[in-house]
Amino acid sequence: MNYLNTFFFGIYPYIALAVMVIGTWIRYDREQFTWKTSSSQMLEKKQLRRGSIAFHIGILAIFVGHFVGLLTPSEVWHVLGISTSAKQIIAIVAGGIAGVICFYGLTILIVRRLKNPRIRANSSTMDIAILLLLYAQLILGLLSIFVSLDHLDGSTMVLLMSWAQNTLTFDATAAAAAMTDVHWIFKLHVTLGLTIFLVFPFTRLVHMLSVPMQYLRRQHQVVRQKAPR
Amino acid sequence: MKVRAQIGMVLNLDKCIGCHTCSITCKNVWTSREGVEYAWFNNVETKPGIGFPKEWENQDKWNGGWVRNKKGKLELKIGTKRRVLANIFANPDLPEIDDYYEPFDFDYQHLHTAKDTKHQPIARPRSLISGQRMEKIEWGPNWEEILGTEFAKRKKDKNFDEVVQKDIYGQFEKTFMMYLPRLCEHCLNPACVAACPSGAIYKREEDGIVLIDQDKCRGWRMCVSGCPYKKIYYNWKTGKSEKCTFCYPRIEAGQPTTCSETCVGRIRYLGVLLYDADRIEEAANTPNEQDLYQAQLDIFLDPHDPEVQAAARKEGIADNWIQAAQRSPVYMMAMQWKVALPLHPEYRTLPMVWYVPPLSPIQSAVEAGHVGMNGEIPDLKSLRIPLRYLANMLTAGDEFPIVRALERMIAMRAYKRSQHVDGVEDLDVLKQVGLTQHQVEEMYRYMALANYEDRFVIPTSHRAYAENAYDLKGSCGFTFGNGCSDGNNDVNLFGAKKQSVRQVIPVTVKE
Repeated sequence: MNYLNTFFFGIYPYIALAVMVIGTWIRYDREQFTWKTSSSQMLEKKQLRRGSIAFHIGILAIFVGHFVGLLTPSEVWHVLGISTSAKQIIAIVAGGIAGVICFYGLTILIVRRLKNPRIRANSSTMDIAILLLLYAQLILGLLSIFVSLDHLDGSTMVLLMSWAQNTLTFDATAAAAAMTDVHWIFKLHVTLGLTIFLVFPFTRLVHMLSVPMQYLRRQHQVVRQKAPR
Repeated sequence: MKVRAQIGMVLNLDKCIGCHTCSITCKNVWTSREGVEYAWFNNVETKPGIGFPKEWENQDKWNGGWVRNKKGKLELKIGTKRRVLANIFANPDLPEIDDYYEPFDFDYQHLHTAKDTKHQPIARPRSLISGQRMEKIEWGPNWEEILGTEFAKRKKDKNFDEVVQKDIYGQFEKTFMMYLPRLCEHCLNPACVAACPSGAIYKREEDGIVLIDQDKCRGWRMCVSGCPYKKIYYNWKTGKSEKCTFCYPRIEAGQPTTCSETCVGRIRYLGVLLYDADRIEEAANTPNEQDLYQAQLDIFLDPHDPEVQAAARKEGIADNWIQAAQRSPVYMMAMQWKVALPLHPEYRTLPMVWYVPPLSPIQSAVEAGHVGMNGEIPDLKSLRIPLRYLANMLTAGDEFPIVRALERMIAMRAYKRSQHVDGVEDLDVLKQVGLTQHQVEEMYRYMALANYEDRFVIPTSHRAYAENAYDLKGSCGFTFGNGCSDGNNDVNLFGAKKQSVRQVIPVTVKE
């Protein structure tokens, strides 16, 4: 099974990231009109309000947690005085809370999308697919907490960090090697996560790149000239 | 002084017959597509009524427009920029489709295909959103047409606030109605622009038209809440907001908007107004709501003033625009005769579509001796439409400008009547309302005769100088993004539903 391990954790990450970057670039350049949140709040408000807020808060916390947790080198944590096992506990608690909040929101959003006839009729295949994909990924992530409880020393976490950091430094062999012996739940979680990266440009997820932070800095009014004089 | 020009509109409600031609022609041109079936860039409401969408004037409910905050600064009623962003996952002030109405169509085909049955076949309604059967249509874009609903519902109309004894207007003998055609106000201080997190909505410098950049819109839907007139519509199919474009391709070519062109009552006027862009914020931030009307008048500039003309030329405003401003019917009605008034100035958006208040049945009652006279003019307190109601709608509750406008219109009629019927020039009536003979003749020409070339004074824009016409050669007109290449394949890689294809929801009629 070693070739599968090499493919999914040594090669697939680069395929997924390449498709994500190039696909997003093409979509932004060529298909601005499709670049949007695709909000369905107008068609149904009450469930969306309950689901969307919880989902977004949860998933943003999880996203930041993964980003910081996986990509910060171990040395930095040690300088900060946080041992590997302490970091593992923090990750389990913080990730667990955010995961449950996200799970609550996403469950509402999925029920809403599938059961509300107005929303259902106005959903593209990808709208439904990405929700289910995120749901599966979230459940895998929550299940991995139970696996982690068996080894609170953080050894698996170190392997996962090694995979992520070696992937980013283009040491594919070391990255794949780090993943060889981790629990299958982590393997599935990582593979599905890479798949979400892969499909990113073809989904509504692209709206996360357009978080309108510049709104805080700009003037209230916008006036456009036809042509600069 | 920074002079800018804007095409403004005036609607003479006194002549509106409520035929909805404007709404229909507008819909045929702009919103006969999926996703915006429910949207009416132009609609005509029967007042009193809660309107479309439901209770749009009630800003306690929808939080549209601007307010002065405690520090005396202008702020969106939906909140500060920070609060707008904090609500981005679920906008608490967004109307739902049912606040407008669920768009529907009828199963007409069933009338052709029905088998021989005991009862006559009927075309039953179905939703254009879900495709499902609608047992009953509960609301529509014009549900209150000619006082169509019971008074208990209609009296929620916000303009009834502080109208004494509003319940008596539910009685048959005391009831009144008027039409209110509505479209985007193309405000000087637009709240939709200020609410858009993406910066996709903008005001055009050259003619003041407010547009949404469909490529930049990301569907954060804050503009829908920001606009107090609820004239931004979220297209539930494309996921982008849309609004009245003031038919800018026609305006650029010197033609009136579709709604104005097709108005059979000839109630609409289009003309250039010059204003001082430096004083917009100051005017919109006037402390007292009732002073907002005057504050807006104060930033309009006199196009006959050589100083203004020079400043306008300095800003690059073309001579034909300055000349058009001098002949502008909007300037005459709003500034010179003061018969046109802004719609809900208290929203602090400085709207640019103005209204001449309607007269209501009074003349016949005067002749029958029921109505008190105030000099030559009947006492306006005995008008069928309460002054306070009109004032709440057009002047933030100040009755004086309403009285002045109505009295001038009555004076014009009285003067022309005595001139034509009795062969005398009744100068007393003019003196009473502060009009000169020349002015009243002009008013008669513009408001009663209302010839096409007097109603629409629209200078052509100078596109040829602003754009490279060679680059535009062979380009697309209006497309749903991505230039001309919508692609030949029905599958869109980026998951968007094809906008050029109408999704026909198959009809399944159970016998």
